[in-house]
Amino acid sequence: MTGTQENILSIRDLKVDFSTPDGTVNAVKGIGFDIKAGETLAVVGESGSGKSQTMMGIMGLLAKNGTVTGSAKYRGKELVGLPKSELNKVRGAKITMIFQEPMTSLDPLYTIGRQIAEPILYHRGGSRAQARARVLELLELVGIPDPARRIDSYPHELSGGQRQRVMIAMALANEPDVLIADEPTTALDVTIQAQILKLLRSLQERFGMAIVLITHDLGIVRHFAERVVVMRRGEVVEQGTTEQIFESPTSSYTRMLIDAEPHGRKAPPADDAPIILEGRGVVVDFDIGKGFLSKGPRTFRAVNGVTVKLQEGQTIGVVGESGSGKSTLGRALLRLLPSDGAYRFGKQDISRHDRRQMRSLRKEMQLVFQDPYGSLSPRQTVGEVITEGLLVHEPGLSKGDRDRRAIAALQEVGLDPAARNRYPHEFSGGQRQRIAIARAMILKPRVVILDEPTSALDRSVQGQVIDLLRKLQADHNLSYVFISHDLSVVKAISDYVIVMKNGEIVEQGETDAIFEAPKADYTKALIGAAFSV
Amino acid sequence: MTDIVNNPAPAQPENPDNKSRSLFQLAALRFRRNKAAMAGCVMMVLIALFSYIGPFFVPHSYDQVYSSYVSVGPSLEPRPDEASLEDAMRGVATRARVNLDEFNVEGQTFTATLSAESPIDPRATRYFDRANEFNNTEVVATENDGRVLKVQGNVSREYFFFGTDPNGRDMLARVMLGGQISIAVGLLASLVSLGIGVLYGATSGYLGGRVDNVMMRFVEILYSLPFVFLVVVLVVFFGRSFILIFLVIGAVEWLDMARIVRGQTLALKRREFVGAAQALGLSDWQIIRRHIIPNTIGPVIVFVTVVVPKVILLESFLSFLGLGVQAPLTSWGALISEGASNIQSAPWLLIFPSIFFVATLFSLNFIGDGLRDALDPKDR
Repeated sequence: MTGTQENILSIRDLKVDFSTPDGTVNAVKGIGFDIKAGETLAVVGESGSGKSQTMMGIMGLLAKNGTVTGSAKYRGKELVGLPKSELNKVRGAKITMIFQEPMTSLDPLYTIGRQIAEPILYHRGGSRAQARARVLELLELVGIPDPARRIDSYPHELSGGQRQRVMIAMALANEPDVLIADEPTTALDVTIQAQILKLLRSLQERFGMAIVLITHDLGIVRHFAERVVVMRRGEVVEQGTTEQIFESPTSSYTRMLIDAEPHGRKAPPADDAPIILEGRGVVVDFDIGKGFLSKGPRTFRAVNGVTVKLQEGQTIGVVGESGSGKSTLGRALLRLLPSDGAYRFGKQDISRHDRRQMRSLRKEMQLVFQDPYGSLSPRQTVGEVITEGLLVHEPGLSKGDRDRRAIAALQEVGLDPAARNRYPHEFSGGQRQRIAIARAMILKPRVVILDEPTSALDRSVQGQVIDLLRKLQADHNLSYVFISHDLSVVKAISDYVIVMKNGEIVEQGETDAIFEAPKADYTKALIGAAFSV
Repeated sequence: MTDIVNNPAPAQPENPDNKSRSLFQLAALRFRRNKAAMAGCVMMVLIALFSYIGPFFVPHSYDQVYSSYVSVGPSLEPRPDEASLEDAMRGVATRARVNLDEFNVEGQTFTATLSAESPIDPRATRYFDRANEFNNTEVVATENDGRVLKVQGNVSREYFFFGTDPNGRDMLARVMLGGQISIAVGLLASLVSLGIGVLYGATSGYLGGRVDNVMMRFVEILYSLPFVFLVVVLVVFFGRSFILIFLVIGAVEWLDMARIVRGQTLALKRREFVGAAQALGLSDWQIIRRHIIPNTIGPVIVFVTVVVPKVILLESFLSFLGLGVQAPLTSWGALISEGASNIQSAPWLLIFPSIFFVATLFSLNFIGDGLRDALDPKDR
């Protein structure tokens, strides 16, 4: 227990409000908790629970229509309502923050050395040379290989994991008392996620700062945090030690969160089920621009000779880290990309089909995207979005018929049919993903490629979407190709798994075989990282 | 499935019958709260009403020449004023060999008391009617055996609130006409450039590759041609006409629009909803029309509010060169260039059209700013 330690940051009755055209929205409704020196506190909750806004409010980083009231005391000093110049003495020095998206939280115009030196020079003064020495030390500390060379790199030269390390180095530059990590690993691959968390823990042991970990991933919380605050809709539902929360949660919401891990298995299809979609020796090359003087175009081979056979009623899970070519493979199978290889759909050879010939087949093979925010055009109503495919494939339908089909499709994915007159931005992530699924289902396809359909969703919503996909599969005898980096989801939904790395298949087999007895080292590493953070 | 029913996104109030709002409606709502932009809108409406409805309330037509009022300054008093009328009357009286004892003007009528040594012939009133200023002169009373004559008649007095130009035309009517033409040119030429630019840019950006290369090089070639040269060529080919001005200016302004829309399209076509549309089997043209163009509308609307004043300026430049609207038609630009050459002798010729021109540009800029803020997705 860490109860004897002093409270370094205490939050009391903190409220965050946003004024919108429809009135005030209370994002955080008067919450209170303490952060003790040197502890790791996890703030968990689904998106929209106000967990990030709480921290943003304390740090004075709210959007301009947001206001924060209440009290947040850092070592007895009130932070709420502090003028910006005063607040700057605390934030960036004593309380620092790392963000979810390492791709966008670094300025692409400056070298990383300069960006890390910035807070050092601001808070401590000193010469540029001193700052540089300190930056080198920090880069070493966060495990950037060859720091003397990397210090002059630009952010785009680093990988996602390295960028997140740079962010951590920046946050550590002034030896903070509190490090707020807002979903620090959500955008990273599982293996890198594990490395970053390990790094944070070792740094905490060395410097003894408190870490506030904001996350929706309970797997991380269980292994990483000492205390947990569970938030829902701007209120604290429950708080306690990690053990208490996981062993004997008092609120039903917490229990629901803990149980949200996708369950179940899918039975494989009958052996004699016909093959519905087949790609043999799929090769996809991307032009990465030809140099002005260099000879010929340079290409990057994203998928290198992969063969996939999808049986009717089967779900093939394709896993791999980002850049492994799994999404590209999915698009190549749908013939949405120029690619080499032999393709068959049912009994038809579609290797030579051009766009017009493919158009009639599009109805049969659909695609659902990862990002439910980006995959719906913001200027169409939901009704227009989901009936768009009908305009192409069943042009004879009257307006009334299309409307009836839209109602049926929305009901099938568990949405209120009244939703068809509203716009996508009015829906939550899970609801939008249902809309995207409805758009694919309205055409009554036989094959659906699901490209990370659950990655942008909260765990509890993920479970619902997976249940929905299962139900649709059972009702319509659909075949899925399920592309994901999330192994627990893949395990629950697919009966066959393909592990990809650098555009090639590392290992493939029945789901149980892969997860219980992986053969390739890469698969072992993936599974190890995913299930034992 | 609790998420479906009662877990609204944080930005939404938990009001179940909350009215559905499109992005456009939200933007309109934000726009309405922007005071400067709303003031700009009101101003624009007032200027448009002034230009288009105003002429019905002004008795002078824009091409009517008042030879007796050449280059008179602006005044709220009717012209000619009492003093000059009295002078005119005195002159007439001298010609009629009578003395003018008293002279009064009230509205459109005058009364005068005339006297002479001998009785005055009542036909002397003809002398008065002969003058431009007076008519319908008649004797109302005779006194002192006809030696004193009281006459009454109508004066034609004109109001020139904005003064007149060196040809004796009413500036008020001309500013209104100039407004009609400038606003019409501004809007229509912008629409022409909008139409061509959006279609061209979206097509080029969406198709990409070699098509994009060729289409954009073509735009650059047009860019490199001097504007005036292009205009002269077009005028020579098609002759001089009012419609041509829209087309010529539109044909030059679409280049910027095409580039802006192309840039937007390049970003948009990587968005997943475009990928989804491809997966649905929509044709290129359907995707451009249903997905690309509606989503470029924000920056495009903002750019249009910049193009309108630019077009008005271009039109005045053309008129200045003698390639634009021709007298007696006029535009603000033409009026301003005329005024500029008379700035010392008749500053009002410059001031009035300039006030309206500047007010229009200001309003459009405020509206543009307001629209940009209102349509900015980051503020959502």
